[in-house]
Amino acid sequence: MPRHAGAGHVEVRQGVYRDSVALMQASRTIAAAPGVSGAMIAMATELNLDLIEDLGFERPAGAGPNDMVVAVAAADPAALDHALSLVETALTARAPGRDSGGAGTGPAAAQAPRTVSAAARDHPEAELALISVPGPHAFTEAMDALESGLSAVVFSDNVPVELEIRLKDEAAHRGLLVMGPDCGTAHVGGLGLGFANAVRPGPVGIVAASGTGAQQLMCLLDAAGVGISQCLGVGGRDLSAAVGARATRQALRRLDEDPATQLIAVVSKPPDLRVAQRLQEEGSELATPVTFGLLEPGAPDLTRFTEQLLRRLGVAVPAWPFWAPGRGRPARPGALRGLYGGGTLAAEAHALATDALGPVASDDLGATGHLVVDFGADQFTVGRAHPMLDPALRNQRLAADLADPTVGVILLDVVLGYGAHPDPAGELAAVLAVRPHDPPAIVTALVGTQADPQDMDGQAKKLTDAGAYAFGSHAQAVGHAIQLLQAAR
Amino acid sequence: MSARPSPTRVITAGAGFLADALAAQSGTVSRVDWRPPPAELAEPLATVMADPRRAEANAIAIDRVLASTAQLVDVAPAREVLRLENGAFLHAGPPIEWARASGPLRGALIGAMLFEGLAGTPEQAERQLAAGTRIMLDSCHHHGAVGPMAGVVSPSMWLLVLEDPTDGRRAYCSLNEGLGKVLRYGAYARPVIERLDWMSTVLGPTLRDAIRQQGALDITAITAQMVQMGDEGHNRNRAGTLMVLRDLLPAIAEVGRSAADVAAVARFIGGNDHFFLNLVMPACKLAMDAGRDVPGSTVVIAMARNGTDVGIQVSGTGDRWFTAPAPVPEGLYLGSYGPADANPDIGDSSITETAGLGGFAMAAAPAIVQFVGGTVADAFTATQQMYEITLAEHPRYQIPVLDFRGTPVGIDVTRVVRTGILPQINTGMAGRVAGTGQVGAGLVRPPLDCFRGALYGLAERAPAISFS
Repeated sequence: MPRHAGAGHVEVRQGVYRDSVALMQASRTIAAAPGVSGAMIAMATELNLDLIEDLGFERPAGAGPNDMVVAVAAADPAALDHALSLVETALTARAPGRDSGGAGTGPAAAQAPRTVSAAARDHPEAELALISVPGPHAFTEAMDALESGLSAVVFSDNVPVELEIRLKDEAAHRGLLVMGPDCGTAHVGGLGLGFANAVRPGPVGIVAASGTGAQQLMCLLDAAGVGISQCLGVGGRDLSAAVGARATRQALRRLDEDPATQLIAVVSKPPDLRVAQRLQEEGSELATPVTFGLLEPGAPDLTRFTEQLLRRLGVAVPAWPFWAPGRGRPARPGALRGLYGGGTLAAEAHALATDALGPVASDDLGATGHLVVDFGADQFTVGRAHPMLDPALRNQRLAADLADPTVGVILLDVVLGYGAHPDPAGELAAVLAVRPHDPPAIVTALVGTQADPQDMDGQAKKLTDAGAYAFGSHAQAVGHAIQLLQAAR
Repeated sequence: MSARPSPTRVITAGAGFLADALAAQSGTVSRVDWRPPPAELAEPLATVMADPRRAEANAIAIDRVLASTAQLVDVAPAREVLRLENGAFLHAGPPIEWARASGPLRGALIGAMLFEGLAGTPEQAERQLAAGTRIMLDSCHHHGAVGPMAGVVSPSMWLLVLEDPTDGRRAYCSLNEGLGKVLRYGAYARPVIERLDWMSTVLGPTLRDAIRQQGALDITAITAQMVQMGDEGHNRNRAGTLMVLRDLLPAIAEVGRSAADVAAVARFIGGNDHFFLNLVMPACKLAMDAGRDVPGSTVVIAMARNGTDVGIQVSGTGDRWFTAPAPVPEGLYLGSYGPADANPDIGDSSITETAGLGGFAMAAAPAIVQFVGGTVADAFTATQQMYEITLAEHPRYQIPVLDFRGTPVGIDVTRVVRTGILPQINTGMAGRVAGTGQVGAGLVRPPLDCFRGALYGLAERAPAISFS
């Protein structure tokens, strides 16, 4: 306890009342003044009078709980005078940081919610959550969404399959839908989620275990003047043996109940055959007709599948969009390199190229010869953004392949739509601009619609100006790349 | 989600560009301010989140907590109701031995030895406590009891006995001594012991007779009212104290005590704004104990500090304590005391926050935030933050200025770990040195490590997940 070897002051202010908290704050202010060794401003209760004695003062006579006592000990009289001059201000001071009653001070001052469930509590009318946190955390957030009564689009990848199954079972139990994990695209209630093209409304309901596959389908339908009712993504693994089409089954039921859906299309990365077979049997029992575009060996590619759908709807198949570069490039022999952001497109390229060219390596960056790489695969996206948004990895590989004399044709996907890179063609054109004297041919699949925010024709022009071919149909792009290679042989 | 959902609102968590993409389509977007929890906790978190028992278990635990009510039914010595023998002492927080006990806990134990007549001087008491022969130390929580600050209970101390009328469970708490140099803050000088003597010879028996004469007193109802009168039930109990005095005073006057005793009892209760704290705490203890032992539940059932460690108990992990070193509260100091004088956090009074009062009900008692130089807006912020980490809103404890929204209740270990938001506790500060007493009051949050430990404890009991 400090003893006031210097100057001291104690005073009783009879009948003066301040809230004890205000007094504590005033005491702190005065105690912090220069040269002050101890200060206490308090109502003169027994307890406080004891404390004032502890500070080294005489106990003031006649002071009671309804009186205020001011006690200050300082090193010298000047410091004491200065400290006492601060007492009035300290007693009337308002708490720091208080503003004049504007936004942020009242009970309604809102903070951004920190969990999906907190947001759902604020907005009970919400039905859908979009989860795109890093994979290791995605299950937790998606589970939180389901428990809050929300269906969830899980854009995140790198989610263990056991947890995917847990999510989908929980959703089924609650009458909700989990789209994903690794759901690249969805259209629900007129809104595109994830990577989403601006497509027109219409009669086709899509269940997609494939992100870019569904985008290709929707964009081709759009080019043919046909719109969609909904596109429910289910994640690339949904038709695997482990997951067993848990979400696809739920999604089919929803589309069957949707009066706007006249025809259901299921597109999936190569499925487990038994799962696919069982699903096809179940699909035939729905009131709404279901067609399956399962990208398995021997099955039609996405373009042919779209054409089948159009015929089924009685819509003429149009000539698919195509943009040729200004100067025709002489083909040169060599390897095919497919550098993709879209997994389903990469798989389709791999299947078509294998049929025509023989063995094609897959995702093996060290391979020589024909190679298709999906830069959106899990192993390339740990800790980084999807290549449709951050094309750095693909650009790096593209620059290397441009300079590689053993490469004959480079095949690329350029995906437009909401969520995608704002100028993917411009990004590619910048890399293509520095290519060597005798470059490989460049063929691109331009997946987009006229209504997409990037301006599809403008994007096509950037590609053709850079010497690249651009095809609205990915299968046609692959076919053209194969033709170029075969012609050069 | 209906078969054909209308484009109402999408809640987004994660990449901002995807939320931007929705906004660009004129979608209504609610963005979660998601921040990653520590990377190494992702797997135990997912394991607990995947536990198929969890959601139902939490619903059961919360229902039980919210259904519990508390009545003051008796006042009696600890020797009778807790069967404490001579030399037995209960203390606040998780279990601790003398060697690791902090100054205020040691001070309170010394005082209790003197009060019980087991030692003639503080030095003698200290020697006996250090030797440990014929001494039994245990956590209040292990005996259905709670104690503010050091929380020391000895056989001759009189306890408030609260009962849940629906199932007859009981919880216990000592009588509040007032502020300043008091046993629970570690003081043991003669006036402290004399006050304890008076409490066990006059106050306790008078209250016992009064409550027996007039019948059980509904503490839950008074607590609900006090929250609407500016008390948060931890650092501010003024309205609650006056209401309990109002309700008991007629009976106190009628049970045949001398006018001097009646006046002394009335003056003591009316002059101690914290008298009701010792009724709120066991009411909260009854409520939280109702939620114990539901397998799979992630609800925090107890938060308690012994001045050295902070410990929490969780419904799904039984009686196990998850502890971490206690931090020093931030706040305002009495007189010339400063941070160097303050002991680390101590007391069972954080049972109030566990049950949705105290720091969680700060918006109901804006005066409290000034303990840390805060603003009224801080009070709202504190309560609103606590909704992030809790599972329910208390149907009885309603905050008028939040449109009678219920206080946040039911701390969920997973939400604490996910958000990094730690429970807000309003508290008193004891002097670090035994015998000092109170040095201030302020705010404190328990360490994340308590919740980290609890998460691992819950994950151990959940079905294993393959993360390969």
